[in-house]
Amino acid sequence: MSLLKVKDLTVTLMTGSGPADAVRRLSFELNHGEILGIAGESGSGKTMTALSILGLLPYKGKTSGSILFDGQEIVGFKAEQFRKIRGKDVAMIFQDPMTSLHPMLTVETQLTEHLRHHRKVSKDAARAKALELLDTVKIPDPASALTAHPSQFSGGMRQRIAIAMALACDPKLLIADEPTTALDVTVQAGILQLLKDLRKRDNLSVIVITHDLGVLSSLADRLLIMYAGAEVESGITSQILTSPKHPYTQGLIEALPDSGGSGKNLIAIEGMPPELGKFPSGCAFHTRCRFAQERCKQDWPTQVHFGSQGRIYCTVNPSAHEKTGQS
Amino acid sequence: MEPVLTDRFSPMKFFRGTGFIPFIVKRILTSFLLIFGVTFIAFSITQLVPGDPVAANLGQSAYSDPEIVAAFEKEFGLDQPVPVQYLRYIQNLSKGNFGISLSSKRPVLDDLKEYFPATMEIALVAVVLALFIGLIFGTISAVTRDRLPDQIIRVFSLTGVSMPTFWTALVAFYIFFFLLGWAPGTGRLQPGAEAPENVTGLFTIDALIAGDFATFREAFAYLLLPAIVLAIYAVGVLTRFTRASVLEILGNDYVRTARSKGLSEFTVIRRHVLRPALLAIITVAGVAFASLMAGSVLVENVFSWPGLGQYAYRAAVGLDLPGIMGVSMVVATVYITMNLIVDILYRVIDPQLRKGDQ
Repeated sequence: MSLLKVKDLTVTLMTGSGPADAVRRLSFELNHGEILGIAGESGSGKTMTALSILGLLPYKGKTSGSILFDGQEIVGFKAEQFRKIRGKDVAMIFQDPMTSLHPMLTVETQLTEHLRHHRKVSKDAARAKALELLDTVKIPDPASALTAHPSQFSGGMRQRIAIAMALACDPKLLIADEPTTALDVTVQAGILQLLKDLRKRDNLSVIVITHDLGVLSSLADRLLIMYAGAEVESGITSQILTSPKHPYTQGLIEALPDSGGSGKNLIAIEGMPPELGKFPSGCAFHTRCRFAQERCKQDWPTQVHFGSQGRIYCTVNPSAHEKTGQS
Repeated sequence: MEPVLTDRFSPMKFFRGTGFIPFIVKRILTSFLLIFGVTFIAFSITQLVPGDPVAANLGQSAYSDPEIVAAFEKEFGLDQPVPVQYLRYIQNLSKGNFGISLSSKRPVLDDLKEYFPATMEIALVAVVLALFIGLIFGTISAVTRDRLPDQIIRVFSLTGVSMPTFWTALVAFYIFFFLLGWAPGTGRLQPGAEAPENVTGLFTIDALIAGDFATFREAFAYLLLPAIVLAIYAVGVLTRFTRASVLEILGNDYVRTARSKGLSEFTVIRRHVLRPALLAIITVAGVAFASLMAGSVLVENVFSWPGLGQYAYRAAVGLDLPGIMGVSMVVATVYITMNLIVDILYRVIDPQLRKGDQ
């Protein structure tokens, strides 16, 4: 059985001009020990998807559809029920470690407070666990790190501390929202390796949210590409990266810089991603799609399956005609 | 990193240090410089005020007698050039001599020793009350943003800051003394009652030191109503400020992190929100306390409270220059001390500031 099963998830946020759907009819599954990458431009609903699993949506945010986590239906949870799984079964790492750690509390307090709250362990036991966690995330000199404050660490080290914090209660699901975006490239690699090691060691299930497909290429088992709050394509990472089926995914991959230095020009997707509350009708991507036809403007895109895991939402399905053109 | 101690103590290195203790020492030294600056300004202003202290203090007939005027000027040094007057003033200040009050004919220092603790006593009670109530209601208001408790608290805090204090004083006195008879009346103790032995000048504290609980109860009963009246405005200010400050902190990423850990909302507020919010709140509380010390003239008048405000008022009306300067010095010192305390509290609350910011 999968750990997380999301079906027809819709997240409605309150904006200045009334309610607007930030996530629309999203469905995906996550198995034990699997790393799922959710990718998309900013405003595509990635973060709201994650926050809805934790019940941390912004002021007046609403969820509908179904989120089955470990057999429990989360949609409709009361604040108190969310508090029982948050930090314990589902943990989250946020984008910017410079602002997501509390500047005035010691590392020890931040590492142990939820452990003591959820598990009711003694202060000494919590400290022992904290030392072990800091060792796991490869912080040098864990004992003195415990008494330090976050400001005494670099960004990469802070993100490691944030990961240690997330791991404190041995969660089943770890959600990492842009875990490396705010970090230097050299530091990024270390954090990604750490996430991979943790998955291997603890059989941890991880959702990594990013706008950077490069980050996901070596990390994620499966990918979910989002646009304007809805899924456009999902499947095995290597398959999507080598032969993307949806025009949007194809555009994203063409826009990736080539580390081989082949010197080819980057191809950008024309236009801008739509703003929340102004998502186009039908297939939201039709305004920027080179294959768009009249019916794309009205109809919710059709689901098309490829192989055992691949799937796109596209009415036109141009890749079927283009097979020969793609390598 | 903490500075490594060398085997020889070097004062220069000490002052360049960024540790907590060098900071406090430096801060106290600058406070003294500030107070010195205040003496200059206080003195200059009294020189600029139009009005003749001699005329204000001698009667009509004595003023028309040049011999008496000359003797008066000589006695108080008013015949000397202004810079000499200032130097003499500084010299005397350094000996703890604030001069002789022209109106009470007593040393200003003795006057201040009598009036200052009276004001201090109600201001302290008022600021403690205001901090306590303001923090609680401001936080509730922020947490229940735009819902009923917030709306109610906002109405009351707005009322608190909008009502003129002398008016609240009159209304409170009328209701609680005249109509209900709950408040004992004006002054610090019953007429004719003996003040407790002077240690701090705060009657309640002195009564406790003397072990005289009856006097303590009486002194406390007398100070409660003026203190509450003084506190009303400060409660309004602190409630509004706490609300704004907590709302701002609630928007921080680290609060979302705290919530993502599944902590109770109470713990999130107490541990993750209130501590950073306090930084801004204590600044306002410090200023509020200092202004309570300085600006309670009208309340003290309504309650016949023998405090600094009444003394300052009398000194100003009587053009009592030593008295005015003495009060100015006390008020300035209170402000400077409050700033010093707030600056030190900053570093107690926020470890980042302690780790070297200068």
